[in-house]
Amino acid sequence: MNVYVGAVGARIPRLETREKVTGQARYSDDMFPQDVIHAAMITSPYPHARILSYDVSQALAVPGVRAVITGDDLELPNRGGPFVKDEHAIAKDKVRYVGEPVAALAADDLETARRAVMLIDVTYEELAAVMSPEEGLADGAPILHEDLNDYATSIDLPLKGNLLQECEISSGDVDSAWDQCDLIVEGEFETQGQYHAYMEPCSAIAEVDANGKITVWSSNQSVFRDQANLSERLGIPMSRIRAISPRVGGAFGGKIEITVQAIVALLAMKAKKPVKMTLTREQDMEMIRARHPSKVRMKTGVTKDGMLIARDTVIVMDAGAYACDSPGVVGVATWFARGPYHIPHVRSIGRGVYTNKLRFGAFRGFGGPQVAWAGEQQLDEIAEKLGIDPIQLRINNAVQADREWVAGIELKKSDLVTCLEKVRSESGWDEKRANSDRGNGGGNGAKRKRGIGIACVPHISGVLASSAIVRVLEDGTVVLSTGAVDNGQGSDTALVQICAEALGIGVEQISFTQPDTDASPYNWGTSASRVTYTTGRAIVGAADEVVTTLKKYAGEIMECAAEDLELRPGGFIGLKGVPDAVVPFAGISGYCHWVSGGPIIGAHSVQYDGDDILDPTKAIIKHFPFRFGVYTFAAQAVEVEIDEDTGRIEALEVWSAHDIGKAINPMAVEGQVEGGVVQGLGYALYEELEWDSGRLANPSFMDYKIPGTMDSPQAIHTYMIENPHEGGPFGAKGIGEPPIVGIAAAIGNAVCQATGVRLARLPMTPERVLTALSERS
Amino acid sequence: MSDPLPITLTINGETKQAFVQPWHTLLHVLRDVFHFTGTKRGCNQGVCGACSVLADGEVVRGCLSLAVNCAGQDIQTIEGLADGDELSPVQQAFLDTGAVQCGFCMPGMIIASTAFLAENPAPTETEIREGLSGNLCRCSGYVKVIAAVQTAAERMSS
Repeated sequence: MNVYVGAVGARIPRLETREKVTGQARYSDDMFPQDVIHAAMITSPYPHARILSYDVSQALAVPGVRAVITGDDLELPNRGGPFVKDEHAIAKDKVRYVGEPVAALAADDLETARRAVMLIDVTYEELAAVMSPEEGLADGAPILHEDLNDYATSIDLPLKGNLLQECEISSGDVDSAWDQCDLIVEGEFETQGQYHAYMEPCSAIAEVDANGKITVWSSNQSVFRDQANLSERLGIPMSRIRAISPRVGGAFGGKIEITVQAIVALLAMKAKKPVKMTLTREQDMEMIRARHPSKVRMKTGVTKDGMLIARDTVIVMDAGAYACDSPGVVGVATWFARGPYHIPHVRSIGRGVYTNKLRFGAFRGFGGPQVAWAGEQQLDEIAEKLGIDPIQLRINNAVQADREWVAGIELKKSDLVTCLEKVRSESGWDEKRANSDRGNGGGNGAKRKRGIGIACVPHISGVLASSAIVRVLEDGTVVLSTGAVDNGQGSDTALVQICAEALGIGVEQISFTQPDTDASPYNWGTSASRVTYTTGRAIVGAADEVVTTLKKYAGEIMECAAEDLELRPGGFIGLKGVPDAVVPFAGISGYCHWVSGGPIIGAHSVQYDGDDILDPTKAIIKHFPFRFGVYTFAAQAVEVEIDEDTGRIEALEVWSAHDIGKAINPMAVEGQVEGGVVQGLGYALYEELEWDSGRLANPSFMDYKIPGTMDSPQAIHTYMIENPHEGGPFGAKGIGEPPIVGIAAAIGNAVCQATGVRLARLPMTPERVLTALSERS
Repeated sequence: MSDPLPITLTINGETKQAFVQPWHTLLHVLRDVFHFTGTKRGCNQGVCGACSVLADGEVVRGCLSLAVNCAGQDIQTIEGLADGDELSPVQQAFLDTGAVQCGFCMPGMIIASTAFLAENPAPTETEIREGLSGNLCRCSGYVKVIAAVQTAAERMSS
């Protein structure tokens, strides 16, 4: 018998930790199926070129080579993409970025594959390249996708030339609102490409059985996105594709759409053997995806007492060679350009433009960090000019419950002010602001200056579909299947905790099944901070169905009405008011297996059903990808020290408060916040993908620095503001993305407080800081 | 291709023979020849530390160590740290503190921590940061990693 102690809210390490600390955890590249052969590829040396011909004869002649694929193997309609169907499995007819896969082969061993693939000869006709959105939108610009308007799309998009997205969310009357403003600030902010830098490079294995059914194991964020992507790119039905997720070594958005799965699948179909491919770090950085570089032009007006009146924003994002999630990312940036504030007059316009770089796609924050960098710095500019404390300015304008935020949305609760007040008190904000080097008169000769800055974060969770199946085994223990892939954030554990709580049993009573499209119910994917909320809700629904069935057959066993029965902790159904009248799950399940009813299964599906939906009659909403979601807010403060001799910024301490509804597992929530904060720190201070003549100049960890132990703050304080969200599983909302969103802006604000210098471009490298300091008046 | 060279290694206490090319790395031999897949290939360039193993008790990068140079060495990988079902104190501390997220960097991180604590059983936080500065993690923000090493140090000294 298990003793139930309460699963939701318990600080427990991830349930699979033991296999991870002993080296037993199997990631894709750790699998060696019988007879597996190995793939290698050649990639485009040009940012933009027409493919004229292939000569694969020499490569095929190498002993041990089993199959070669080129664009000639692909059927024209077989393109995929979440918003615009613009992408083949590998390049066909044209290449559009340096690093794009052009041909691949599979051979008995990896060394042979890598040697032979270099013998594939491709003839190109080089084309003029587009290396920035400005170039892409210019008259007479080279066009990346000549057939763009023939491509299928999943939402209505204003496709034209190299423009793939132009969306708008506007309300009020911005143009005439400036007259009501006592202060207007205006500026252009620029952000860089950021690499996800998951520690596990992309990897996949494909096998085709005698009936032609393809099984693909891969490092991914969604077995169902894998299946859909493969179906589109291979032109075969989903039911003939089985996607499975072994352990995944981090993803952060970079693995939500397929990576190398289609390449190994095509090779396996040709070679009639299982094929494995794992990218090198350099290939991964050149080929997969990254966070969108952006330029954000923003103008904000306020009254003299600091009430926000108007904000006008134009966002231009570099989408790279394929649309991938760009229409969505641009949309979310456009939406959150207003920040988590009441602003009566807002115009937000976002554009996404094709360029000859790797595709930019989903990355933790999904457009949020770019607009937070602009908007949250602009708020501090306003605070300084009006002589109002930056936290107070934010509190005065923060989203409040029961007041229209935008387009008819009135939140039932908002804990942003609580987050801000928590950060203010815990960080010693008031004292630090009063006693900072600059506040103290600055220019006191000290070369190391300290400052503290704040930023607020709006985000959504809870979009897209999820489902869950809960099965009771003969002995009363439980199997939970959701199809949700755990990329390391701990969702397997949190979902088991939700299931355990809903059934009143211990987590050790539940087996969580490996995501597998043949065996798991649908889950859109591990992204958008959505798994805990949506899949958690599906689990609660499925568990409720199980409890109903358990009561029904417990009633048969106990010869009483199901309505008179109740769920009792520890895996029992009991007669209300009679403590001793109980029957264990094992007894009921055994009865169902052998006597009456059959095995007990609960299943439940979820799609967003709340009422926080943008109302198109109350705002201008054009080409917007999402209209609803569960809103989450955060306040993040960072204390920094700047060495004015070297320009080096050190983040000393971080305070991050999140209105998460309910922490299913506080230890995992802290892990998400701590990891997101440090990833945000890398974005703020170090990380930048750089292009040189169309080629990514720094595709390695040697040349692209992510934070290490010496760079991370002395302390990161996580505050979970728990105010259960109605409809969330036990009140929970998502926490995956928000922790990264405000960090760069908070550091920018801290740097400005310490030095008087405001940087408009990320990352804040020593060189940029020194340049700005030297220009300081 | 030249004729493969025979080398003998001890891996987690077991003597093994492999035939390697001069350019083969220890990481290749561990993962691709003997399937000790706990040791990870994160960058193959000596930066991320995911391939850290102990060679005669010293931390080395499997990806930067040529296999022929490792002939005769005593190699310990993540698979060799636990004593049967009993985790090593460092493994147990990483588990208990919740330091493990995706887990891909963890074999290297745990190996590096094990060697570090053998050298410095009572480190300061700064020393832990310096000791693990060659191991990258993208999930944790290092907070719980550092706590894990502190916990392991405390438990091992008591």
